[in-house]
Amino acid sequence: MSLTDRRQILGGLAATATVLGAPYVSAQAQPHVIVIGGGFGGATCARFLHRAGIKVTLIEENATYTSCPFSNLVIHGSREISAQQFSYDALKSEGITIVAQRAQSVDGDARRVTLNDGTTLTYDRLILSPGIDMRFDALPGYDAASAELMPHAWKAGAQTVLLRRQLEAMEDGGLVVMSVPANPYRCPPGPYERASLIAHYLKTKKPKSKLIVLDAKDQFSKQKLFQEAWANLYPDHLEYVPLAAGGKTTEVIASDKTVVTEFSRYTAAVANIIPPQQAGKIAQLAGAADRTGWCPIDPMTFESKLRPNMHVIGDAAIMGAMPKSAFAANAQAKLCAQTVAQLLRGETPAEPKLVNTCYSLVAPDYGISVAGVYRPGNGVFVDIEGAGGTSPLTAPQDVRTREAAYSNAWFGIITAEVFG
Amino acid sequence: MRIVLLVTTLALISGPVAAQSPAPPGALTCSGCHGAAGSELPSLRGKDAATITQALLAFRSGAREATLMNRITKGFSEDELAAIAVWIEAQKDVK
Repeated sequence: MSLTDRRQILGGLAATATVLGAPYVSAQAQPHVIVIGGGFGGATCARFLHRAGIKVTLIEENATYTSCPFSNLVIHGSREISAQQFSYDALKSEGITIVAQRAQSVDGDARRVTLNDGTTLTYDRLILSPGIDMRFDALPGYDAASAELMPHAWKAGAQTVLLRRQLEAMEDGGLVVMSVPANPYRCPPGPYERASLIAHYLKTKKPKSKLIVLDAKDQFSKQKLFQEAWANLYPDHLEYVPLAAGGKTTEVIASDKTVVTEFSRYTAAVANIIPPQQAGKIAQLAGAADRTGWCPIDPMTFESKLRPNMHVIGDAAIMGAMPKSAFAANAQAKLCAQTVAQLLRGETPAEPKLVNTCYSLVAPDYGISVAGVYRPGNGVFVDIEGAGGTSPLTAPQDVRTREAAYSNAWFGIITAEVFG
Repeated sequence: MRIVLLVTTLALISGPVAAQSPAPPGALTCSGCHGAAGSELPSLRGKDAATITQALLAFRSGAREATLMNRITKGFSEDELAAIAVWIEAQKDVK
C-alpha cells in the first residue's frame, strides 16, 4: 500500500472522527470550515483544508475562474482569454463541496452564511477570500456604466477582452490613456506591466500611436527597472506622468473618453481607468472590513481583528508589507489552512514566515521580478531586512529572457496547484 | 541525516500524522513555483533533504548563481533552510 493510499484511508477515518473521538476536540459534530471566494486564495485554502482532513465548503458563484495574472498578455493581443480560465472540476473530483452561489450575508455571532437562494450554512471557522471590488464612488464620473466605455480590466474576464478589442479597433495614431490609482490596490506592479505591454503593442502594431500613463503617486513597484526598460524600448510610445507632474486623475467623462487631471485634460481613443478599490463586498457585509474598506487581520492566524472565527486572506486583507498578489494569496492560503486546522485541534500555531514573488513582463521576452520575505510585526506582516528586492538594473538580456520564461513557468505551476 | 531518517520513518509509520505536522516557517510557499517535473522551474519532488539544503545554502551565500532564490533565502537562517529541506523531502509521497 502506498503512502497516498494510507493517507486516503486514514483521511477517510478522520472524516468520521467524531465516532472515533479523535483527532478533533470539538464537542459538536465534525468542525466545518466555509471558504468564500474561489480565486488564488480561496480555492487553494479549500484544497489544503480538505487535504488536512477538514470538512470544507467552498462558496463561489462562478463556474469558471478567470486569472488576473497574465491577463495583460490578453490585452497585448498575444494570449487568449481562454488560457486564463480554470474550472473547479479538479476540486470537485477531490471531494470538495462547492456551492455555486453568491454568499449574500454573514452573521458572525450565529456563525452563519446566507446564500442568495436563502439557504443557510453554519461554520466553526469562516475564511473570506473575496478579492477586490472597484470603488465606483471614488473617482468622479467613473461608475459601473462608464466602465463599459472606459474599462478598468482590473478583474479579468469581459473587461479584459473589452480593453483588447478597443485597442485592436483603434486607428493608428490614436491616444491611449491609463489612469493608475494611489496605494493600496490589487497587484502593485500590474499597471506598469500593462503599460509596458500596451506600449509594445503600439510600437509593433500601431507605431504612430502613444500611451500616456497618469499616476496618482510618485513611487511604484520595480520602478527603476520599468523606467530603465521604457527608456530603452518605448521612448516614443510611453509617456509617464507621476503625481508630482500632475498625474492624478480627478475626473473622467465617459461619453468622450476624457480624463481630467489637476493640470490637463486628455481625450483618448482608448482609456483604461483603474479606479480605487476595496475588499470584496461580502467582507464589508460580514463586518470584517474597517473604514479603509480593507480587512485588518492578526498575522499569526489571519483571523479578523474585527470578527472572531473569521479569517481573511488575499487582496481583501491588510497584510502590511506583503503586497496584494496572486502568489501572496496562494502562500497565505496554504498557511491559513494549516493554521485553521491547528486551531480546530486546539493547537497554538508557531510564528510563520511568508514569501512573495512577483514577475512582470515589460515585453513578451523581458521579465523582471520582485521578492520579499515577511514575518509578523506591528500587527501586520513586515519585511525581513536584508532579504528580497528586485532583479538587478542593467542586467544582460539573457537574465531578462530567463525571468520571462520563469514567469511563464510560474503561471503554469501555481494554476496547477490551485485548480489542476 | 538522523533528522531526515527520523522524519521519513515517522512518515512511513503514521502518514496522516506526519502530513498534519505543521510545515516549518516559509516551507508552504515553495510549491507556488516548484511543482511537477518538466518545467523551467526545477521540481523538488524526490530530492533529498541534504541536496535541497546544500542548494539553499549556496543560494544564500551567493556561491550558486540565481535570479531570485538568492533574494529569498536571505530571509531565513541556516537552521530554517535545513528544516524546510527536511519537510520538502518528507512531502515526496504526499499529494
